[in-house]
Order: sequence, then structure tokens, then C-alpha cells
Amino acid sequence: MAECVHCGQECGKNPVIFDNKPFCCNGCSMVYQILQEKKMNRYYTMMPTPGIRLDAENKAGTRYAFLDNDEVRSQFLEFSDGGISRVNLFIPGIHCSSCIWLLENLQTLHEGVIHSHVNFVRKEVNITFRDSEITLRQLVELLHSIHYIPELSHSTKKKDEHQKVNRSTLMKIGVAGFAFGNIMLLSFPDYLPGGEQIDRLMSGTFGIVSFILALPVVTYCSWDFFLSAFKSLRKKIINIDLPISIGILALFLESSYEIFSGIGTGYMDSLAGLLFFMLIGRWYQGRTYESLSFDRDYRSYFPIAVTRIQEGKEEFVPLAELKPGDSILVRNGELIPADSELLEGEGSIDYSFVTGEAFPVAKQPGDHVFAGGRQTGAALRLKVEKAVEQSYLTRLWNEDKVGDDEKRSMQSVVNRVSHYFTIIILVLATGALIYWSFDDFGKAVYVFASILIVACPCALALTIPFTFGNVMRVFGRNGFYIRNTSVIEAITHTNAVIFDKTGTITHSRSMKINWDGSPLSETEMQWIRSLARNSTHPLSVMIGEWLPESPLLIAESFKEIPGMGISGKIDGHIVMMGSRSFIAGSEVAADTRLSSVYVSVNNTLKGRFTLENRYREGLNEVVSGFEGYSLHLVSGDNDAERENLTNIIGSGENLHFNQSPTDKLAYVRQLKENGKHVIMIGDGLNDAGALLSADVGVTIADDVYHFSPACDAILQSSKFGRLHEYLRFARSAMKIVYSGYGISFLYNVIGLSFAVQGLLSPVVAAILMPLSSITVVGFAGLSVRIMARIKKLNA
Amino acid sequence: MSVVVVLIGFSILVAVGFLIAFLWAVKSGQYDDDVSPSVRILFDNEDEDNSDKSIENQTQV
Repeated sequence: MAECVHCGQECGKNPVIFDNKPFCCNGCSMVYQILQEKKMNRYYTMMPTPGIRLDAENKAGTRYAFLDNDEVRSQFLEFSDGGISRVNLFIPGIHCSSCIWLLENLQTLHEGVIHSHVNFVRKEVNITFRDSEITLRQLVELLHSIHYIPELSHSTKKKDEHQKVNRSTLMKIGVAGFAFGNIMLLSFPDYLPGGEQIDRLMSGTFGIVSFILALPVVTYCSWDFFLSAFKSLRKKIINIDLPISIGILALFLESSYEIFSGIGTGYMDSLAGLLFFMLIGRWYQGRTYESLSFDRDYRSYFPIAVTRIQEGKEEFVPLAELKPGDSILVRNGELIPADSELLEGEGSIDYSFVTGEAFPVAKQPGDHVFAGGRQTGAALRLKVEKAVEQSYLTRLWNEDKVGDDEKRSMQSVVNRVSHYFTIIILVLATGALIYWSFDDFGKAVYVFASILIVACPCALALTIPFTFGNVMRVFGRNGFYIRNTSVIEAITHTNAVIFDKTGTITHSRSMKINWDGSPLSETEMQWIRSLARNSTHPLSVMIGEWLPESPLLIAESFKEIPGMGISGKIDGHIVMMGSRSFIAGSEVAADTRLSSVYVSVNNTLKGRFTLENRYREGLNEVVSGFEGYSLHLVSGDNDAERENLTNIIGSGENLHFNQSPTDKLAYVRQLKENGKHVIMIGDGLNDAGALLSADVGVTIADDVYHFSPACDAILQSSKFGRLHEYLRFARSAMKIVYSGYGISFLYNVIGLSFAVQGLLSPVVAAILMPLSSITVVGFAGLSVRIMARIKKLNA
Repeated sequence: MSVVVVLIGFSILVAVGFLIAFLWAVKSGQYDDDVSPSVRILFDNEDEDNSDKSIENQTQV
């Protein structure tokens, strides 16, 4: 078997040969041809088989016609003036250096492109082009033709915000690092033997220079900590940033006092070092997956523009302009943008992503169709009944917007710890102040400041960022992408798990097929396969794939009746396949337990195909891996598989079928009200509400870069069988965090024992503070690595 | 000894120069993507590209 030169997949028995090279399909060879013409063979020599494979159906066609609409176009363009425009496109397919090379050499493919620049981390390409030579639509179609399909959705603004935060953190790290290094050099003479002999002028200068260098650290670099502490205080909560802020201020004030009264050089080096380390911690924790999107709302699932028919003319209008009463056209494979009434055409609407029903639903003119369904078959004409925002589905989505992250961080262990920590430190400091003030008031103030300085929980504050930051990266390497580090802690608190069925624990597009009836001869199988291949209904496709390969025959007078079945004349024989009523009428007893496709040849019933869901590999291990959890299943599908699922998941009362998206949401809420902490595992829009309201929502996706409902984590479907291991790993990570806390408390106790006695000197602080930070960071990194190796995860 | 003070002044001035260079680099987006620059530097220019192709053609013959 040969490997496709373009995409690297097996070519099968009949590869497409072009230029003496094998290709798996025409699509791949087309791209090769395009690149060959433009002498861009380097694409294939730089990396072996760098290409992206597309399904044959995936043609550009009129799919991007909406980009010709001025209003839509201006939404996408970053800049457009004097015939030159710039656009930033998200292309999930970017994956290797060949991709970067090709996308940055777009000007060779089309002269209208002036410049293109790839951001690999964000999987984006920024293209500057001449309007007169290439339109935005043509540009997107060009990218489509080389199989780099841009995802055109409504907002990419969130990403920009993230970038801004990232940049400003980096700049703060730079400033703090600069101050840390220089102040350290200036403080060094004090720490060495003989340091006392330095003359007054010099140590005075050193002190003042340190003070100047520390100013930006206390103002610019510490600002976020002060702000966060202030905000939480206003909500009457003590978070970790409060003791940190107190520590920073105590350090700064005490040091300034020492410098200006000429006592010494103070603790400015410790102050700058502390912020340097803590900012690095923040930055490390914030390095999330920029190219993944965890909070897409319904708008990015829906099309950007729709075809409206007005006075007999078709035109593209942006989705927002769609009004009730408008007449729209929805073609094969397109989404229905709003709840509407079917006017014309035979609907076969795939709601699998919306409701969880496995198979397309037949609709006749006059029927109502809901937003979010995907038409499979001929084009439909619809009359819009409700505005897009008021559709059943979108309403569900808007209903449950909670500031989950904020809520979570309030309950998090670090804030609970810092709550008690702060109180204890304040009590201790005041106690020491009172105790020493009987003796010497100056000393008492010094001790008070020392306690606050040394108690600054920087090691404590570093434990979580580094432990969870490392865990997040381990997860990412294993196909489990979490939104941010607070998800890890939330996972460890869960004690109930809800599975969705279709697409989550079952494969969405492949099923176990059995033939039930009189044995089929080879020619009959060839007939059935030839007939099935004419239809795009998922059942036909699956049956067509299941039957042994054979040359396809022509089906004459092929007919497809949505919701019923297909028929055609092959080799002079009438072959029909479809639902029970379509083929057999009432002759055969109904069997609702399995999805069946009946087949007749020349009006004689031959038998039926039964289709069973195929469960994902490792489902049993995952289910048994959820020890101590209460297991639940909510499915939008019928209860055909209740028995199977009872065997796998257990007790029947936790299995719920025919659940609407609202039911699912209600179920999650009900469990939460009963004191459960819920982890919801789903895949489609029908789970969107439930995923949002659960404590942790996990989406399963075949392709993590494609659309998935808003959630806390995205799991690659191939890794489903290891889900329980990830949860266990999260628990181990929590233990590492507690150990890290233990270490940092140890340092605090040592530091405090110096401080209460009034013995905290700058040199002790300068050693103790960086040392504790480094130990904690090293411990976190190392133990996560070791733990991952023990659990056989890719570290 | 007071020359040390002057030296410190200079050393900090140099350090500030580097700090400004770093801040500029962050601001201009050089830290936004840490993958593609490392790949981009290895891309050959157009001429070598064509010669590359001729070698490939020879091997095919």
C-alpha cells in the first residue's frame, strides 16, 4: 500500500496517480497540482506529507459567497484603505513548518497577495492584499483550494485581550528582573564580611539608588496584586493577594525608613526578587492554549450570513439583519439559522449536534424547523419565525451565564488557606508589637514589620501556579485541554458524573451493523451498495461503507424520500431500502429497540440491517475508574439501548432518555442542589446548557480546533478511554499542592522565629525568600513530572 | 573609591538600555509566537527553491 504524497494516509487499492506519485483522493492530487504549477514543491520536501485531507464533499462552491457582502466583509477586515486590505484568519489546520512556509508564500500562488504572516501559536495568518486583484472571497477560496480552511466566526476579540495581558505580564517580569538584579548587586557589600567598612557616602548612595530602582517594582509591577486584594476586600473576602500586598508594603516602607534614616540598605533586593518570582508564576499559569477556544457561544456555530430571497432575488445578509417573516434559502450542509417554517423542499434535518438524536428528521412543507439543525439533501426555502437571539437554542445558551471562574477562585483552597493565614499572621504581629512595646517601641515596630515581611506568602502563592501549570501542560500533551488551571482543583471536588450518549460515549458517525434476513448474494450486496452510495443520509453512508467493496453500478430513476427511504433501478431490478413502513408496510412487527433499515428487491422483502451504537473504546474502564462517583446518563436519544447501558453504567434510575437540552440543564441543577459536585461530559449543542452549569464541563471532540460548545475542558475523542486517569492525576496534583504548602509553611515558621525575636536582618530575608520560592518551584515541577511518569502519562 | 559610584551609574545606564530593548521587543509582539520564527529562519529564498526542484527532476529521470 502506498502513502498519499499529500496527506500521508493510505491510498487504498486504487490510488490517484499524478506525476508518478500516489494520492489517496482527487482533492489531495488537486492541491499537489496547484502547487506544482506554481513551482512550490518545497512544500513537500520540507516535511514529509504535510498536507491536509478533505472529504470529497467539502467543496468551496458558493459557501463563501457571503464574503462579497460589504458589511460582512468589513467585519473581517482589520484594515482597508487605498485598495489595500488586511485580514487575520484563524486556520485550525496549521500544524507544521511546511504550513508556515506555504502560507507565507501565498504571493507566489496569487499576485494579489502582498504579504502574509503566520502566528503559529494562535494558528492565525495575517494577509495583506490588493483589493483590485483579489477579493476577500477569492482569497478565502484560494486558501480553501489548498485545504487550509479558515474558520470564519464572529469574534476573535477574546484572544486579543489574552495577548494584551500576556504582554503586560512579560513587561512587568522584565522590569522586576531588572530591578532585582541591580539592587542585588548594590546590596551585596552589606552581606559580605567587611561590609561595615564601606564609607557612609557609598552606602547612602547605594540605598538611594536601590530605592529608585524599587519604585517601579512597588508601583507598576505590584499593581495587579494590590488591585486584586482591594477588590476581594470589598467583597469581604481574603484572598492570597492580601497577605502578599501587606508583605510588599511592609517591605517597602520598612526599607525606605531604613534607607532614609541611614540605618542600612533595607530589604529592597528581597522585594524585587519576590515580585520577579511571583510574576513568573503568574505568567506560567496564564500560558493557556491560545489556539483553542473554550467560550464560544452559539454565534460561532451559526453561519455569518444567510441567503435571503427578496422579490425573487437571492442576496446575502448578515445573520443579525435577519427578521421574522424573511424568506431564506438553506442549502445542503448548511445550518438553519433561526426557528422557521418550511415553505418549500423536502427537509431531512440533522439535529444530532443540537438534540442528540442520531438520525436526520424528515420535514414537510408547513412543518416547523428549529435553529441549529443541518439540512442534508436538496435546498430548502424557509420563512423565519423568530429572530436569531430568540430561538429555542440560543435562549438556552444565554440563560446560564455565571462567572464561573470567579466563583471557583473564591472557594479555592489557596484562598481558604490564605484566609486563616492572614488572620494568624495579623494576630501574631500585633501580639509581638504589644509584647515588644513594653520594652522598646522602636524595636516593636521593627518586629511588627519583620513579621509581615517574612510572612509574605510568596512561596505559597507560587505553589499553585507551578504545580497546576505543569499539570495543565501534561494534560495537553495527552490530549486533554483545560481552559485554565482553576479547572484542576474543581475536578478534584467532583463526586457525580453525567454522560451524554450520542457522540460522547458512542461514536457519532460509525455504528455496528448487522444483517438480519435471508443471506445476500454478492450481486445483491453490490446492488444495495450501489443504491446506498447515491444518498448522503448517514445510514446509507454507513451501510455503503460496511458492505464489501465492489464496482458501483448506475442506479436509474433514483429517488430519495426524506424520512422514508431510497429506491432505484439497478441492472433492471428495483431495489428499495428504508424504514419499515416504506418497505414492508405493516407486514413486519415494529421493533423500536434498534435502528433498522429494511431492504427489498423487486418488491420482495429481503431483510433488514440493524444498527447498533458503537461505544467508545475504554468506556468500561472509564466507568469503573469513576470510583466513589454517582454515575448518570442523560441522552437526547430514545431508550433503545437502555439494557446495554444499564450493564455498563448501572442502576436504571440514573439513566434518562429523550431529554431535551433544557431537561439536561435542569438535571445538572437538580444534582447540584442535592449537594453534588457535577462533572458533565458531553459533545453537542444540546449539552451546552448542562456543560455551562456543571461544576466542570468536558467536551469530547474529534478535532479539538473545531467548534465545540463552551466548556471548561476539551478532550480529544481518541483519549476518551483515559479520562478517569486524568481525574486521578488531578487528585495527585492536589496532594502535590498540599506538600508545597507544607514546605512553604516550614520556611515561614523559620522566618517567623527570627522575626518575633527581632533578629530578621536583610541578609536573612535575602537568603530565605528566594530560597523558599526556588524550592517550591523546583518541588512542584519535579514532582508533577515524576507523578506523570508513574501514571504513564506523557510528561 | 567614589569612582565606584560613577561606575554604578554607568552600569545601570547600560542595564536600562537592555531593559528598554526588552520592553520594545515585547511590545512589538516578538514574544507572541515562539514557534514560527525558529522555522522561518530556515526557509530558503526563491532561487535555491528552483535549483532544489531541478535536482528533484533529475532524480526522477
